[in-house]
Amino acid sequence: MGRFFILFRREVASTFHQPIAYVVLFFFLVITGFNFHAGITMLNNGRGTTTVVEAFFNTMYFWFPFLLVFPFTTMRVFAEESKMGTIEMLMTAPVRDSQVVLAKYAGALFFYLVLWAPSLLYFVTFQTITGMNAAGAAGSYIGAYSILIMMGMLYTSIGCLASALTDNQIVAAMISFAAILALFFLGLLSFIMPATGSILREVTYYFSPIEHMVDFSRGIVDTRPVVFYISSTLLVLFATLHVFQYRRWKS
Amino acid sequence: MVKVEKLTKKFGANTAVDSINFEVQKGEIVGFLGPNGAGKSTTMKMLAGFLPPTSGTAEIAGCDVFTDSLRAREHIGYMPENVPLYTDMRVSEFLRYRASLKGVPGRRLRDRISDVLELCGLEDVEKKIISRLSKGYRQRVGLADAMVHEPDLLILDEPTIGLDPNQIRLVRDLIRNLRRHHTILISTHILPEVEMLCSRVIIINKGRIEALDTPQNLRARLGQEGHVLFDARVPDARVAAAELRKLEGVQTVNIRNDGPWSIFKIQCTPGHDPRETIYQFAVEKSWPVRELSRPPVSLEQVFAEVTNGEEL
Repeated sequence: MGRFFILFRREVASTFHQPIAYVVLFFFLVITGFNFHAGITMLNNGRGTTTVVEAFFNTMYFWFPFLLVFPFTTMRVFAEESKMGTIEMLMTAPVRDSQVVLAKYAGALFFYLVLWAPSLLYFVTFQTITGMNAAGAAGSYIGAYSILIMMGMLYTSIGCLASALTDNQIVAAMISFAAILALFFLGLLSFIMPATGSILREVTYYFSPIEHMVDFSRGIVDTRPVVFYISSTLLVLFATLHVFQYRRWKS
Repeated sequence: MVKVEKLTKKFGANTAVDSINFEVQKGEIVGFLGPNGAGKSTTMKMLAGFLPPTSGTAEIAGCDVFTDSLRAREHIGYMPENVPLYTDMRVSEFLRYRASLKGVPGRRLRDRISDVLELCGLEDVEKKIISRLSKGYRQRVGLADAMVHEPDLLILDEPTIGLDPNQIRLVRDLIRNLRRHHTILISTHILPEVEMLCSRVIIINKGRIEALDTPQNLRARLGQEGHVLFDARVPDARVAAAELRKLEGVQTVNIRNDGPWSIFKIQCTPGHDPRETIYQFAVEKSWPVRELSRPPVSLEQVFAEVTNGEEL
């Protein structure tokens, strides 16, 4: 645990030592801020019957920064160290491969959480200014943010896997973006399938982030997506560990 | 301290290290010599626990580097070739991170870091960001990192490459001072360095160990087939060479002219030193002599000999 924490701190420090982190943070805030504005405007025009939290988490402007951010949070983690050769220095210290993989993953996930943390302020601001409730009940926040974290866990692990596959950060970013988009669009299939009786619709519903978010932001915590996100995250992390070892042993 | 048995590393069809055996005792400084691509770095990477071998074993302080890798790595301070460092960190920050990662307990961190900073002459740049440091300083940061956790064994892969002569001297002095506390395995291109520092030399070529001995013994082994330089003013160089060739202990004679002087390079028969005979002969002929010497065999010649003249 001690070594994991040392490695984790190093990951977080290396993220925030780079100017790109602040550029990403800036544009992310601009887009999510705009998203919040768009959600409120929609409700003001009376074109929606949802709460502010639901409106915020279910627009197109939400999914755009959500999907786009993972290549940025994860492309560095392994690719940079392999390219710079610092992996040699890191792996000759008495640390386990699994500790390194988990610490790098946790570091990337931490950055993802830092990106989303300010969004909580939007709702606080809304409530202070208008005196109205942003959500129907606390469950709305719990649901929305827990699915946000779980989706982040899976997509961050995919990004880490992509970064472990290559020495080139750009290639890593492209692989993870392609994989994440593929997974996302596969989930969209449930919207174009016939409403009933289609097995494909049932299956795609199972991993459709949009469907999950609709439910969770209403405060409906379904255990099926929870199992899906946690188990597939573990699977991808396991693959990452093996790719990481394999590439070192082969080199 | 180090025990290597039949260590082999293959990259596909290419054998980088071919079944090598050697041992290093505590307190020794062992030099790894070899042409580029001979397998020096690969061997060091395997010892440091970074690369797994294809077959064979290596033990460090009684721990197998592969089956008991974590414990073996605790005994090693490894400085890779080209010294990769986290360039976004400050020197002291980096050393603090590395020390705690390598298990230096919190209460000893401050002492250890100030020790290595002083030892490596890094006090001036302690607060500087590593990306702003010159090559020489980075090299010293790498060295400081390698020894910050007081390892029993230091593995240094070309610690002086790319440094200017002053920096080389500093690093060399540093390594010499480390001898008291550490066993050191060092790979290098620079032969005088090996002669100055190492108690034993391993010459490796094409993945095999070609020679393993003290620098003195290696030279002595070749010294038997050394040559003698004889510089004299003779009436006719060709005739003189023919006469010299007849002397005992002389094999072949080459002539080079330097104005009225002739320089003879005389190859001796193994085990003979014909200098006295040549002196007597010159006195007999009353040739004025400018030089009669037997240049010491350098390690460079030993190296050329065992690696069949490959470039270093």
